[in-house]
Amino acid sequence: MYNHMVVDQRGEVDVDRVFRALADATRRDILTRVIRAGESVSGLARHYPMSFAAVQKHVAVLEQAALVTKEKRGREQIVHGDVTVLRTAMRLLDRYEQIWRDRAGRIDQILRED
Amino acid sequence: MAVKDVTKDAQNLTMTFVAEFDAGVERVWQVWEDPRQLERWWGPPTWPATFERHEFEVGGQVRYYMTGPEGEKAHGWWTIVAIDAPRRLEFDDGFADQKGEPVDSMEPTRTVVTLEPAGSGTRMTTLTRFVSVEQLDKMSEMGMEEGMRLAMGQIDAILAGTPAR
Repeated sequence: MYNHMVVDQRGEVDVDRVFRALADATRRDILTRVIRAGESVSGLARHYPMSFAAVQKHVAVLEQAALVTKEKRGREQIVHGDVTVLRTAMRLLDRYEQIWRDRAGRIDQILRED
Repeated sequence: MAVKDVTKDAQNLTMTFVAEFDAGVERVWQVWEDPRQLERWWGPPTWPATFERHEFEVGGQVRYYMTGPEGEKAHGWWTIVAIDAPRRLEFDDGFADQKGEPVDSMEPTRTVVTLEPAGSGTRMTTLTRFVSVEQLDKMSEMGMEEGMRLAMGQIDAILAGTPAR
C-alpha cells in the first residue's frame, strides 16, 4: 500500500529500493562521490578494493533506486548523483523537527505548573 | 526550556533532538512515565493523544490513539525495548489499526530517550530512527495537518464572530 512515494515531478520512487541501496557502505560512498561530481564507472572502480563488475553491480542498485543516473559518453558510462530523494527526506525530517519542538514546548508548560 | 541541538541525517534517516528543561531528571522522567502527563504533550492540541495502556517496563505494551478535530482516531502502539529509570528509555513506535492492534506490514520507528542533569535542569535527548522516507512522511503527516487545521479553525472562528483562541 505505501510502497511508493511521489518525488516532486520525477514520478514514483520505490522507497524500499532506496533504503536497501543506502544500507551498504560502498554504495553510500559511491553516492557521496557522484553527488559531488559525475564519474565514470571505471574511475569509481579505482577507489574500491573490489572488481569492476562488483562496482558495476553497486551502481546498478543505486540506479534502480533512482539515486543516480548514467550518461553514455563515448565508451564511458558517467554516473551522476541525484539529490532529489535525499532532499525529500531532509524536508520530511524538517517537519519532524517541528513536531519535537512543539512537544518540548508542551512539556515545558507542564513543568511550569509545578 | 531551550532547544539545544537538532541533527538530521537524510542518508541514515535519523533525527536527534536535544532540549533542556528547568526541572530535575526525576521530574522530567514523570512526563514520560505518567500516562496522564504524557497525554498532555505527545500530540498537538488539535490531535490530542489518549493513552489507554501504558506498561512502563521492558517488553511493556503501550496503546494510544490521537483524536482529530472531526473525531477521527489514529491509533498507535509502543513496545518498551529498554528502560533505566529515570535516565533512559528505548521503544518501538508504530501504527495500529482501528482496534489498536499493530499493523504488521508497517515497520515501527525506534526512539531512544536519555535524560541527563544539566546544571540544575535536565537535558533530554531523543534519537529517532526511521526505516524509510515514506514512514517518516506518514509520521509527520499529523504535524503538517495540525498546522493547517489550526489555521482553518481560527479563520472559522473569526467568520463566526467569536474570538479566536
